[in-house]
Amino acid sequence: MTTMSASETNPTTVAATMPGTREPISIQAVGFDGFYGSFQALKGISLDIPRHQVTAFIGPSGCGKSTFLRWMNRMNDTIVGARASGTLTLDGEDILARSVDVVDLRRRVGMVFQRPNPFPKSIFDNVAFGPRLHWKHSRADLEDLVERSLRSAALWNEVKDRLHASALGLSGGQQQRLCIARAIAGGPEVLLMDEPCSALDPKSTASVENLIRQLRTDYTIVIVTHNMQQASRISDQTAFFFEGALIEAGQTETLFTNPRSKQTEDYVTGRFG
Amino acid sequence: MTDAPHIPVARRLLANRMFLATCITCTGLAVCVLAVLIVSIMMDGVHRLSPDFIANFASRKPDQAGIRAPLVGSIWVCAICALTALPVGVGTAIYLEEFAKRSRLTELIRINISNLSGVPSIVYGIIGLTAFSRFFGWRAGSEPIELGNPESLLYLRLPFGSSVLAGGLTLALVVLPIVIVASQEAIRAVPNSLRQGALALGSTRWQMVSRITLPASLPMVMTGAILAMSRAIGEAAPILVLGAPLMVLETPANLMSEFTVLPMQIFNWAGRAKASFQEIAAAAIIVQLAVLMSFNALAILVRQRLQTPFQ
Repeated sequence: MTTMSASETNPTTVAATMPGTREPISIQAVGFDGFYGSFQALKGISLDIPRHQVTAFIGPSGCGKSTFLRWMNRMNDTIVGARASGTLTLDGEDILARSVDVVDLRRRVGMVFQRPNPFPKSIFDNVAFGPRLHWKHSRADLEDLVERSLRSAALWNEVKDRLHASALGLSGGQQQRLCIARAIAGGPEVLLMDEPCSALDPKSTASVENLIRQLRTDYTIVIVTHNMQQASRISDQTAFFFEGALIEAGQTETLFTNPRSKQTEDYVTGRFG
Repeated sequence: MTDAPHIPVARRLLANRMFLATCITCTGLAVCVLAVLIVSIMMDGVHRLSPDFIANFASRKPDQAGIRAPLVGSIWVCAICALTALPVGVGTAIYLEEFAKRSRLTELIRINISNLSGVPSIVYGIIGLTAFSRFFGWRAGSEPIELGNPESLLYLRLPFGSSVLAGGLTLALVVLPIVIVASQEAIRAVPNSLRQGALALGSTRWQMVSRITLPASLPMVMTGAILAMSRAIGEAAPILVLGAPLMVLETPANLMSEFTVLPMQIFNWAGRAKASFQEIAAAAIIVQLAVLMSFNALAILVRQRLQTPFQ
């Protein structure tokens, strides 16, 4: 299995093809290996994730893309036998180091899950959950923060009259946007999204996709998706994973229209996977 | 298709009806037995129920005897039992479910706790007698150490002897496995996605437990706790082993007071030859059943009021 090192080629590609500013790297992996016990789920991943862009991870089920995502906020710590080697950094700081305060890391790197998982609390308490973990806000500041987060998640107008009603009364799409608002409220730099639309109907999917496109002005977004159209619609960069290796990464348009690798081409055109 | 012979629809429907009839018979039988018990106790005892019966102490004369001491004693014992067994039980469950790493030791502990809930309560009575009443024979034969004024609420005597404190702690041993298992099940019922959500927002384990897992599992924990308490209030055997006196003519003043409980009083009266004692025993059983039913009603109420669907 040959691993193409995306980091060697990508920054130049991105700089050459992306109009506007060349954003600095937010998360960088170099020769990253991930294991569950003796099973190697990720093999020598090298990838740069630029700031304030949407990076999509695509690939067939079990290719390691979700696993990789869950290393970026160390959620894999909760899995017995999960370990990693190589380099994985956020703004140049080692994510994998033992000394890393995962509590602070996870505030800086927010996560949205596959199924909406609102807490059985009010809408307000859901959004305020993260801020309350980390700071002692005044009530007025907290209300302000909740409003701003809900506005950013394009949910404010739908819920402003029932902030203290249960979050479980919202529709699936609203719940997922609430989870995004909840992830934003803690003030993260990066948002990790693990197939955030796979449990949603097409209409809700459209609203979440719109939201993701808007959010990239303020956040670095990494999204795992099984939906090729979704990746091409919303992402700036795409990385294709196969059997634990990163096959190809680059600007989304290039990867979909003019892939370097035969495997990538077969996958994005739907010939396998 | 298939060449297998067809089973006639009428025959399948008949089997269906027969099964239904069997189920109804079984249920009816259980309800009948219970109804006969309750009706016979009611017929024996209901005319003995009066405010005096609740307010009076025990007496040699059945007409003047009441259940004041055992009723108040049951409340004391149950309160002590709740105050000790609930924090310890819920704390243990939280540790085992949320903090303990899966290892052979924790697996062994888990299995043993489940086994302990099947141990006969009289065995706990013997443990309570040894541990709480006698402090494993410490100062046997000499006078107990007294701390504070015997008249005051804060009076303590070491070892505890057959005091209400020893009784409450012994019952705590009886119900502890029940509380732990019920709380474990309650905590396990909280979906993992909520834990992941809390951790991903930067919760520490404790923040996750205190803000998500515990509130979400509280209705089930409370239900389990109340049912455990109704078990505690119905126990006679462990209290008997502790050596609680048969005739108590005062209500507890502090943790070191002598006491008796309702099941003990029922046991005592039911064993007498005189028919009038049988009647007041039946009356005491009615009171005991009323207490138990209100506990169960409370459990149902708590479950309905606090229940939050998770997803």
